[in-house]
Amino acid sequence: MGVILLLIAFSLLVALTFLGAFFWAVKSGQFDDPQTPAIRMLFEDKPVSTKNKTLTKKMD
Amino acid sequence: MQPEVLIESESCFHCGESTKDVRFTFEDKTFCCEGCQTVYQILHQNDLCTYYSLDRQPGKTIHTGIERKRFEYLKDLDVQHKLIDFKKETTASVSFFIPSIHCTSCVWLLENLHNIDEGILKGTVNFLKRTVTLVFDQSKTDLRSVVELLTTIGYEPDLKLDHLKEKKSGAVDRRLWLKLGVAGFCFGNIMLFSFPEYLKMDQSGSSEMFRYFFGGLNIALALPVLFFSGIDYLKSGWAAVSQKGINLDVPISIGMLALFGRSLFEILSGTGAGYFDSFTGFIFFLLIGKVVQKKTFAQLSFDRDYKSYLPISVIRLKNKDEESIPVNKLEIGDHVLIRNQELVPADAVNMTESIQIDYSFITGESEPVTLSWGEQVFAGGKIIGQTAELIISKKVEHSYLTQLWENESFASKEEKSISSFADRISPFFTYTVIGIALLSLLIWLELSPSRAFNIFTAVLIVACPCALALSTPFTLGSTINILAVNGFYLKNTSVIEKLSAIDTLVFDKTGTITDSNNAEVEFIGESLNRKELEMLSSTFRNSFHPLSQAIHKSLHVNHELKRSYFHEIPGKGVIASFEDDWLYVGSLEFIKEKIPTLEADSISKNTIGSTVHIAFNDEYRGYFRVLQGYRNGLKKLLNNFDQTGKNVHLLSGDNEKEKTTLYQLFPNWDEMRFNQSPIDKLTFVQSFEKSGAKPAMIGDGLNDAGALKASTFGIAVSDNKSSFSPACDAIIDSEALRYLDTFFNFSSSSLKIIKASFVLSLMYNVIGLGFAITGHLSPLVAAILMPLSSVSIMVFTTLSTRIVANKIGLKIWA
Repeated sequence: MGVILLLIAFSLLVALTFLGAFFWAVKSGQFDDPQTPAIRMLFEDKPVSTKNKTLTKKMD
Repeated sequence: MQPEVLIESESCFHCGESTKDVRFTFEDKTFCCEGCQTVYQILHQNDLCTYYSLDRQPGKTIHTGIERKRFEYLKDLDVQHKLIDFKKETTASVSFFIPSIHCTSCVWLLENLHNIDEGILKGTVNFLKRTVTLVFDQSKTDLRSVVELLTTIGYEPDLKLDHLKEKKSGAVDRRLWLKLGVAGFCFGNIMLFSFPEYLKMDQSGSSEMFRYFFGGLNIALALPVLFFSGIDYLKSGWAAVSQKGINLDVPISIGMLALFGRSLFEILSGTGAGYFDSFTGFIFFLLIGKVVQKKTFAQLSFDRDYKSYLPISVIRLKNKDEESIPVNKLEIGDHVLIRNQELVPADAVNMTESIQIDYSFITGESEPVTLSWGEQVFAGGKIIGQTAELIISKKVEHSYLTQLWENESFASKEEKSISSFADRISPFFTYTVIGIALLSLLIWLELSPSRAFNIFTAVLIVACPCALALSTPFTLGSTINILAVNGFYLKNTSVIEKLSAIDTLVFDKTGTITDSNNAEVEFIGESLNRKELEMLSSTFRNSFHPLSQAIHKSLHVNHELKRSYFHEIPGKGVIASFEDDWLYVGSLEFIKEKIPTLEADSISKNTIGSTVHIAFNDEYRGYFRVLQGYRNGLKKLLNNFDQTGKNVHLLSGDNEKEKTTLYQLFPNWDEMRFNQSPIDKLTFVQSFEKSGAKPAMIGDGLNDAGALKASTFGIAVSDNKSSFSPACDAIIDSEALRYLDTFFNFSSSSLKIIKASFVLSLMYNVIGLGFAITGHLSPLVAAILMPLSSVSIMVFTTLSTRIVANKIGLKIWA
């Protein structure tokens, strides 16, 4: 039965990790603005960096 | 590579919005706004254009029509210090409100500014608030360049005088989320650890160890809930008791302490498993209620004063040179230049031959005033037409406009709050609970003294007004949401009770019940032929006077004629010529001046509304009569108020010209006052307070600011949510004004729903008391009863507000 103690301790640890993640999310401002991130995810991260080069080459 | 995107010509190439009304074209592509078009152009310039194509158009310059002088004031260190949020070495962060943010591309571009100006390190947009926070490197760029860049790409920041106030630290409501998170976490885990107890699995006695282990864990998990999540209730309850008052937090605190103390005692003494699951669940649900109640509208501002209206800078003339300086550095005697559509920042004296000023927002006068040389100009007036040169005669903070804010109504920072229904019944509730608890204690001391203490605490636990405390926030939370969907934005949930108590309505006229887009224009005189109409249309189109704009709109002529001559004399009229035809439009006096032979007596002067007379080639042809348009549905709204027995008053800063029309519109005005100054309006509304009435002021301009503040409930009418509206309790979309009576009814209904849910939650308390007094309140019963009552109250209030709203004809979904 002693293993239950270990399991419970472990489950609590996992739960605490999630609580920690929630704290991090709140503190980093993820709950401040619920609207903009939904728009932001539609953007490409690096719009043209590679294509830019080919273009300048073409121009030369 | 050619653009593969094929978009209908009716929609913006950039963001897809309809381009029916406005159309900007650039290389065979249409755009909905200048912003979108500029973005497109810049994307081409900077090779950021993954949306459309990779075509490069070298040589295309972005629109650079801004005057270099305008943002000079941003070089002022004092201004910089106040605008910049924080600074670390050379890195600075600044936030701007940009009204033109409206689509996805706006966000994208503003967050990619670093590709255009390498001094900008990072841009973060808040779409709801329409703000952008920019971090920039001061060694590479400066505040002025940043603002100029934003302006160039069509996103001019909205900089107003109030931005020069000292910054308050951004109090974000993150703590509430954290408290809720902790309570939820502990609630869930304690439920899990209490499970063996629910099922009585521990009765074999095989492991006493487990009981202590789970008990210890539960205590450890309950501690943060008491001292972190629930501490606000204890503090507020204690504050109320120490001031010899009782609010709803008092019985909540008693319940919390009874739950926690009893559970702690049971576990430590080994007599039971405690009620920690109920305790944490209770706090968790209460906090959810708090989150719902905290709902605010981030995009709206309810506490603005004249400082959010006046501009931040002004062009000053110094030794014939123009320079822009911050408005708060203006000195008496400074010469300033104010252009068309700009605001006068401080009281001043006119130094131009003749200027036109629109005071509608400041005084409520609907027509512009013409001032000649040497006359006094008041702060807040908007210059129309020609540029004006003024000499400042008073400092900004001593202007006529700002006097209003010196009134005592603005002095008290405390909100005049009507104590809420929940707080009013709290004393009764608390005394009853304590009475029942003591009574059962006495009775059980007689019957079986060993159980008396247990029964006493059980009563306190079960009487805890959790469901009661939830009914108000959930009902009001969904009420405020439904009202917002219908275009009525409340400042917070606590004003709903004030709204339902209103018995008197005071309307402002100009801008509130009148609608400039709805003016009634009628031509009286000989009929005009097509060419004459075209000439008139082209003339009125180019005149700045609001009457001209209204007439132009009513003519519905699309064809533009080429003018060969055009001269507007402010306050009088316009002379225009089209090839060989000469045209005079303007006041009767003006026409008489131009055509001395005209027999003026033949023209009736006894007309209602404003008139604009016209003459072609020295021949008088008649006049346009412009009647102020009233908002659609106004008549019905006023009648509805009248029928429900509310008093309806009108206050106007304008003259009595429209009096007859107003009585035709609605004959039962209780009182109508004209030529009211902002202070008159304020004292009028205050007089109601003394007689015990509950007035609601409905206004729009700064001239109503005092009355809005002094009234029980101030409603600001706004055509555009992001435009300026004075301090108030609620902002109403001008389109939604006609449903105002329905909103009033709905707010009363929602108070009834609160009362109904109080009854429902009291029933739970009575059932619980039955268990408690008879000594049957096991942790399992408590753990079932508590969430059941809370959840059923949440469901009941949310559903019933929506059903009621639907019944009285409000939209319930966006």
